[in-house]
This record gives sequence, structure tokens and C-alpha cells, in this order.
Amino acid sequence: MTQTNVQKQSSSQTQPIKMDGKLLDVRDLRKYFPIRKGILGRLVGNVKAVDGVNFFIREGETLGLVGESGCGKTTTGRCILRAYDPTSGDIYFNDRNMGVVNVATLDKAHLKALRRNMQMIFQDPYGSLNPRWTLLQIVGEPLVVNGVAKGQELKDRVAELLRVVGLRPEYMVRYPHAFSGGQRQRIGIARALALNPQLVVCDEPVSALDVSIQAQTLNLLQDLQAQFHLTYLFVAHDLSVIEHISDRVAVMYVGKIVEMAETEDLFTHPQHPYTEALMSAVPKADPHYRSRRIVLEGEVADPANPPSGCYFHPRCRYAVDICKTQAPFLRELRPDHFVSCHRAQELKLVGVL
Amino acid sequence: MTTDDILVEVKDLKTYFMLHEGTVRAVDGATFSIRRGRTLGVVGESGCGKSVTSQSILRIVPPPGKIVSGQIIFHRNVKKDGGSVVEELIDLTTLDPDGEKIRRIRGKEISMIFQEPMTSFSPVHTIGEQIVEALLLHVTNDKKEARERAIDMLNRVGMPQPSRTIDRYPHQLSGGMRQRAMIAMALSCQPSLLIADEPTTALDVTTEAQILELMKKLQADMGMAIMYITHNLGVIAEMADEVVVMYLGKEVELADVASLFDAPKHPYTRALLRSIPRVGRKSRTRLESIEGMVPDPYSIPAGCPFHTRCKEVLPDICPVKEPPFVQVGPNQWTRCWLYAKGQ
Repeated sequence: MTQTNVQKQSSSQTQPIKMDGKLLDVRDLRKYFPIRKGILGRLVGNVKAVDGVNFFIREGETLGLVGESGCGKTTTGRCILRAYDPTSGDIYFNDRNMGVVNVATLDKAHLKALRRNMQMIFQDPYGSLNPRWTLLQIVGEPLVVNGVAKGQELKDRVAELLRVVGLRPEYMVRYPHAFSGGQRQRIGIARALALNPQLVVCDEPVSALDVSIQAQTLNLLQDLQAQFHLTYLFVAHDLSVIEHISDRVAVMYVGKIVEMAETEDLFTHPQHPYTEALMSAVPKADPHYRSRRIVLEGEVADPANPPSGCYFHPRCRYAVDICKTQAPFLRELRPDHFVSCHRAQELKLVGVL
Repeated sequence: MTTDDILVEVKDLKTYFMLHEGTVRAVDGATFSIRRGRTLGVVGESGCGKSVTSQSILRIVPPPGKIVSGQIIFHRNVKKDGGSVVEELIDLTTLDPDGEKIRRIRGKEISMIFQEPMTSFSPVHTIGEQIVEALLLHVTNDKKEARERAIDMLNRVGMPQPSRTIDRYPHQLSGGMRQRAMIAMALSCQPSLLIADEPTTALDVTTEAQILELMKKLQADMGMAIMYITHNLGVIAEMADEVVVMYLGKEVELADVASLFDAPKHPYTRALLRSIPRVGRKSRTRLESIEGMVPDPYSIPAGCPFHTRCKEVLPDICPVKEPPFVQVGPNQWTRCWLYAKGQ
């Protein structure tokens, strides 16, 4: 992959972008959803679902994006695929054919080419498959649309894909209703892999599954990553799943990334009070660990009307005056450990044991 | 376990659904007790019969489901005129599910909270009206007193500004607040048993932590027993005193919480505990998954229903004969041939 073929998509960006082994580099991404009122549709405010997000993913790694509902993690994932048009910001992607492109400003023709290399796996294995299509149609669609295969070649390729995700090739004549939740999730994975993508955005792929099926699916995703050299953006709310699958983890709170670090570093030495609270809130599967948790007061802030300063300050037990007035920035506290907290340096926070 | 503090005894309960495609044995022989003021966790994957078990206790099994056999003995404390409390035993399976008697127990002495509070509240009544309704039905005839009690209950579940929130509609509250209102409604008549069916599954972790802490505090204050149904082993470890593990309608293991997590006996329990990713464990290792999937309920395997997925299957006996429920520790029972060889 060379960087000679840099496309100048963003007007503000005239310099070639250095990716340094990064596959994806997201800079100051924002996505606002307008709130309109009245018969004239007057703009009365914005839901700041994603509010200045910065992160990157290196080739072949898994970045876990974790946060509570409404924190903007799914919106972030969708902006990266341009399922949503971002309000502002840049999304640089090192495409295997086109070189480094800015997804945020790419035109339609280039987007189609881009999506061969960026795919998505959805949370709901029931809602994301067309019930009137057979597996051959569902899994084969990306191949047909992109003119990759047809006829017997298509069938062979679909059969191979089904085998790769652990389904029997004979199943390709069946419809999705004949499959269980875990099997449907495998179908969704087969479809995502059809074009041999570089980046797969996994949006809560295991949260609708039972524990035993969840383990199978996580193992499958890991095997496929090794086999096809995939890069994952893994969006989930479940910290134990995130810890299991991710090389690095980014924690989101109300549209912003509050902390990003290598997985073990983040879990053993969290630097943001929200990360600490989140980790202590997870019920541990060990009856001897009871009641050592930090219970956060109040609720997640409203992204349409966020608090002043640091968005987390009303619930933070370490908040001081500066937190109420000044918003902190995401900065690199130590190599590869980014945190957005005024007191990150002085606080001694507890990770998991 | 001593018998004097038992609140509900479920004995060999079988609840079947007679469908055109065949009979689904949703609960097929469950035996356990719930003790006063304690928490029984019921854990299992979807379709294992954990929810139908709780519906059987309340006698709200949706048709065509039916309790085919077994007993559910409810130890009810009745205040006699002299002020003394007498224990009365009622077999809930013998009651008419629409009758007067079960309706006096349901909502008053046994109440329930559900996974999705939005669908279990009426959207066209304020939460106050719904709590007051239960109170007027079971506790008092005085509307003013009922409202005061409702406000007091909302206050106890940590609802901000309860005297104003009481006149809100369910959709005006957030998920966590709705679940608090649900708990307030369920506990307003001071039940002796609260059945909680996945009450925190739809909530975020920090909100879940708040609700779990709240339930523990209310249990300490009010002394009710809790039957806590969930698929989440972390929540079970956090909440339960005793645990029932279910698989395909069968109770495969019953134990106190420490024994279950420290020394699980049934291969299914062991596999389940190994298959969950845990925070703090070395990441990037493979999870030990259970092979295959839960069999379809119309064709439950003969013998031990888990033998098709079991790594320790004994080929001579497991596919042929159903194992008995044997005691394997002071507070531990399991349904597995590995521990019942002589029998």
C-alpha cells in the first residue's frame, strides 16, 4: 500500500497524509442531528451525537469502542462508513486500491469503491437480513453488485464463505427464518466478508446472543481476523467483551472520547474517572467480589443539552472548579495512553484486579 | 436448609405448551425453594424455561401453556384476630388462575418486575395512578393515603422529586427511572416475594449498578425474598444467595452461590462459567465455547438433554436415561450421571 496515490478530497487538506501503519485516522469528527420545531421546522438545537472525536486504528488490530447508550458509539461507526454524512471532521482511510482517502468528503463513485474495503456487522441478526432472500442472495449480493462473480462462480464463492463462518454450504438455498440467532449472526459475518474488506465495523455483534453462542461468535471473529488480516472497529457496551477482543480500547461519554489506551493498560491503570466507574459497575462473575463498586449518581448527560465544562463533571466524584468551566482535551498522557481529564495526572484511579 | 424459613417450595414442577407442532416442555421438573428474605437466582440461556417457571408461580402462564404436574407451596403468613401470625400453606397450582384467591396473592404477596418497563406500564396512565391502583386493590380504601404511600415508595426507590414525578407518564421517564417506578409499584404492597425477570438487562451498566444496589438496600429494609431471573452470571454472583441453573426446562444444578462459582459440578454450569469473557482475565485468549446450539424445543434429546453438547458425556448411559437429581455437597445438587453412577 503506497501513499503516492493520495487524493486531495478535503479543501483544507493539501498535504499528503502520513498514515504510519494506521488504517483509519479519525480527526475531530462531529455529527449533529438537528432538532426542529414548529410548522416552519425552525432549528432549535442540535443533538451532538458525536462531538469532536479523535482516534486511529492500526492495520490488523481491533479497536474497541465502548460506552453507554446514547454516547455516540454507533453513530461514530456509521459515520466512518458514511452511512451518515458527518457534520464536520476528517476520516482518513488507507484504501488498498485508492490509497489514502478522506471518507468524510468522498463522492458517490469513490464511496462505492471504498465500501468494498469497509464493511459492517450489525447487532440485530433478525432485522439485518432480508427475510425474502435466500442465503445465496444475501451473502452473494455484494459480489453481484460489484460485478465480482456470477453463476456457478458466485455459488462456489458463497459456499466457501459459508464454510468459513462455520455454516454448511447446503444452507444457501434456505431463508434466514430457518436459522437461530447465532447462525444468523454468522450469515451477517459471511456477507460482510464477501468482498474481502480491510476494515469491518462490528456494531454490538454479540449483544443479542446467548452466552454460549456469544463465545462461539467472538472466537469466530478472532479466527477470521487472523485468517484474512482484518482490522476491526468493535463497538459494544459490554466491557468484558471489549476487553476480550480488543487490542486497544476507546471509551466514549456523551459524544466524546474520554480515554483511549492499550487494553491491558486501560483496564489496570485507567486515567479517567468515568472509565474507573464503568469498570467498577460491571457485575463480576465472582461472588467473593461483592460491593466494591462505585455507583455513579444521576444519569448520562443529554447530548442535546450537555453540561458546561467537562461533560462528566456532574457525576464525577473527583470534580473540582475547573471541571465545571473548562472542557478538557484528549491528550497523550504517556505513550499510547490518551485521556481527556484535567486531573488525570494527579488522580490515582483503580482498575480491575 | 432448615424448613421453617421457607417461603415458596416448588416441587417437580412441569409446565408444558401444547402446540400444533408438538408439546414444548418449557419447564420439565423443577424443584427448589425460596427462603424468606433471601435471593434465589435463576440462570440459563434463552428458552431454558426460567421465565415460564416464574410465570407458573404467579399463575400467569400464557395459553396454551399449562402446569401439568407438580406443586408450588406458598407459605403464607396470616394475621389472626388475636394478633398472632399463623403460617398457612397454599398450593398455588391448585388455584383457579383467574380466581379471587390468586388475585389476592398476585401483586400483594408476590409481585413481579419485568425486563422492559415501558411495555409493562400502561402508557396512558401516570405512574402514580398505576401504583395507587395496586394499593387501593390490596391495602387501603383511602385514596389520599394510597397516594401518600405511593409518594413514599417513590421516595424510597430514589426517584427525584417524588411528589411531582408521581404525576408523570412512563414515557416521560428515562429507562433507569422507569425501572425504579416499576420497583416502587411492585413493592408498594410490601410483598413477601419479588420476582425480578431480567430487570436490568435493558439498562446501561452504570444504571444497572444503581438498580442492583437499590434492590439490595430495599431487601435489607423490607425483608422480601427475591427470585432473580437472568442470563447474566455476573449479576447472579452479585445478587444471589442460592442459584438454580436451568437447561432446556430442566434444573441441572442447584447450589449456594459460593459453591456454584467455586466448584460448579454440572458440565453445563462449568462450560457456561468458562465461556463468559471476564474483565481482568488475560485478554486475547480463546473462550471455551459450548459446541453446537441449544436444541430445538420440539426435539429435546433423550436421556440427559445436554448430552449432545457435553464434553464429558458417558456414551453408555447419558443418551439413554435421564440422570437423577443428586446431592453432591452440603448445599449442592446436580442432575448428571457423573455423580450418580451407582444409581
